[in-house]
Amino acid sequence: MDRIYLDNNATTITDPMVKQAMEPYFCEKYGNPNSLHSFGTEVHPDLRVAMNRLYKGLGAAEDDDILITGCATESNNTVLKGVYFDLIKNGEKNHIITTSVEHPCVANTCRFLENQGAQVTFLPVNKDARVEAEDVRHAITEKTALVSVMWANNETGIIFSIKEIARVCREKGVLFHTDAVQAIGKVKVDVQDAGVDFLSLSAHKFHGPKGIGALFIRRGLKLPPLLHGGEQMSGKRAGTLNTAGIVGMGLALELAVDNLNYEATEVRRLRDKLEDGLLKLKDVMVIGRRELRVPNTVFISVRGVEGEALLWDLNKNGIAASTGSACASESLEASPVIAAIGAGSELSHTGIRLSLSRFTTEGEIDRAVKAFTEAVGRLRAVSSSY
Amino acid sequence: MAKKDLLGGALWEAYSKKVAARMDNPTNRGELTAADAKKLHGKLVVADHGAESCGDAVRLYWVVDPKTHVIKAARFKSFGCGTAIASSDMMAELCMGKTVDAASRITNIDVERALRDSPDVPAVPPQKMHCSVMAYDVIKKAVALYKGVDIRSLETETIVCECGRVSLGTIVDAIRLNDLKTVADITHYTKAGGFCKSCIEPGGHEKRQHYLVDILRDTRAAMEKEKLHQQMETQDFGSMTLVRKLKAVEQVFREDLRPMLAADGGDVELVDLKEEGGVWQVFIEYKGACAGCPSAGTNTLSAIESHLKQKLGDNIKVVPS
Ligand SMILES: Cc1ncc(COP(=O)(O)O)c(C=O)c1O
Repeated sequence: MDRIYLDNNATTITDPMVKQAMEPYFCEKYGNPNSLHSFGTEVHPDLRVAMNRLYKGLGAAEDDDILITGCATESNNTVLKGVYFDLIKNGEKNHIITTSVEHPCVANTCRFLENQGAQVTFLPVNKDARVEAEDVRHAITEKTALVSVMWANNETGIIFSIKEIARVCREKGVLFHTDAVQAIGKVKVDVQDAGVDFLSLSAHKFHGPKGIGALFIRRGLKLPPLLHGGEQMSGKRAGTLNTAGIVGMGLALELAVDNLNYEATEVRRLRDKLEDGLLKLKDVMVIGRRELRVPNTVFISVRGVEGEALLWDLNKNGIAASTGSACASESLEASPVIAAIGAGSELSHTGIRLSLSRFTTEGEIDRAVKAFTEAVGRLRAVSSSY
Repeated sequence: MAKKDLLGGALWEAYSKKVAARMDNPTNRGELTAADAKKLHGKLVVADHGAESCGDAVRLYWVVDPKTHVIKAARFKSFGCGTAIASSDMMAELCMGKTVDAASRITNIDVERALRDSPDVPAVPPQKMHCSVMAYDVIKKAVALYKGVDIRSLETETIVCECGRVSLGTIVDAIRLNDLKTVADITHYTKAGGFCKSCIEPGGHEKRQHYLVDILRDTRAAMEKEKLHQQMETQDFGSMTLVRKLKAVEQVFREDLRPMLAADGGDVELVDLKEEGGVWQVFIEYKGACAGCPSAGTNTLSAIESHLKQKLGDNIKVVPS
């Protein structure tokens, strides 16, 4: 049985073209780019191409920084802790604003900084599962150092109004960071147009390799390094450059941007087809209005069926999805998103996320709808609450 | 621990084959109706436990022979993850053929044991143990319904560790008798906290009324206090070490003097303790209403001094500062 991968918000298949582009850097061009000899210097042109692709892909200017990091988790940590060290620890400011639906790498870093003495506001989302620019405006105080709001939510696919939030922050003189991990390759991400100060991404979410990410830092802004060491990345992020990763991420971003139109039309069409198919089931609810979501994601709650159980049945049929159900994780806290949009608490363990990519086919969607429908039928027959 | 934990568990790989098989095909799923009960000449019992909002809910159906109290048929329905479904299925099976009283002794651990592929390998990972193995509570409800009694009458002790059904009394006794100093000791002696770990400290899978860390701290504090009392009774003040003396005086302040003065809005603090010519001088400072009170130098002072003398011995003099 062919397996069907509908968990692209967790990670994606590396585009075979990306894999191919990375191959020379393992056994042929394996030199350290910092070395003076030919092994080192021969990779520089390729790295420059990759960097150009990153700058172009994000719409960054020549005098902006795009630091190469190990992953978006590192990028997010660099911003949050950097701002803490530069502006909060010395007492100049004391406040960070973020949302209650950020990825743990933002949320837990903020909690850590809270323990270090920073004040953190976790803005709740509204009925659209969003935080609006006005909510941010009202939360800003004279002591606010940084606002960090994700571009798109990993669970629901909901897009936040980053441009407006960035404008509010600029007006108020507050730094603005966005975790754009779930937006890259799904919607247009242009750092100049959006007016953000910092932006994080991870290559493996857009058909690049795992273990490499980036952090955009607007010109004129400085952050203390998270990793101290050698002079790589002008001393702003030490550690031997991951040549294969950088080349792979550069190409992956270029391909992702090239495919934005396909994403907006074909991936969206397949997602909508999947969603419409699932909505034929009784007593199901999709979180978030379609027009507010990235084109690849549907987060659906199925009354009477616990998320992990549904995942189990889907997996048996070769279909990979994901659940917001806490049952599948270490903690029993229910999904904050379901609670936030005002759905009944009995639905908080029923969420399933299906996320497509440009590699998803129509046949896969048809099979997924069928398997999903059967699984719901079986589990509702066992369910004590349906 | 470290190497095995660093990559995190593949949750589903930690399920036993029996769990997986019963998840795929729970043989005792479904309902029992009044008609079924009639056919079996028994009494129908339907008990519910848990809630969708908590992530797991189970409904247990029994048909019980009213003469022998033997459970002739058992079925379940469940809202929950795979392990909830599998364990509910096993629970129904374990009930079958038992008397109601015998069934009431089935624990979550019994269900989990029955689901093991090999005797020493747990059937489910620890975090699944409590949230999804819910046999005991729903059986207890069924028993109460069958007997027509209040469920609380079946619960005689406070349970701290639901998985292992370890009571508060057992844990406190174990701490006291064996002089246990850590939560790991408690788990070692009583098994409490060894399963889903929710009862160890706040922040686990589930909110609990009692946590082992608190029980340990409170019990240890009580033991410490008793030891001090005992020492004060058996050892005379003069022969105590300086630290002990200080603790003994502090204890009288904390337990007797300050509450006594607080009744009138006053307070007193111990400032210093010094020996002079065989007499222990207790330096105090009045606070609150005592600070300006005219009797602070007379009646109150002599009351404090006589109380300290009574508790600790005659060689004591109180000096206000
Ligand atoms: C919104 C969001 N931010 C950050 C991350 C972290 O990415 P990485 O694990 O690659 O650091 C993820 C990945 O799940 C994500 O979805």
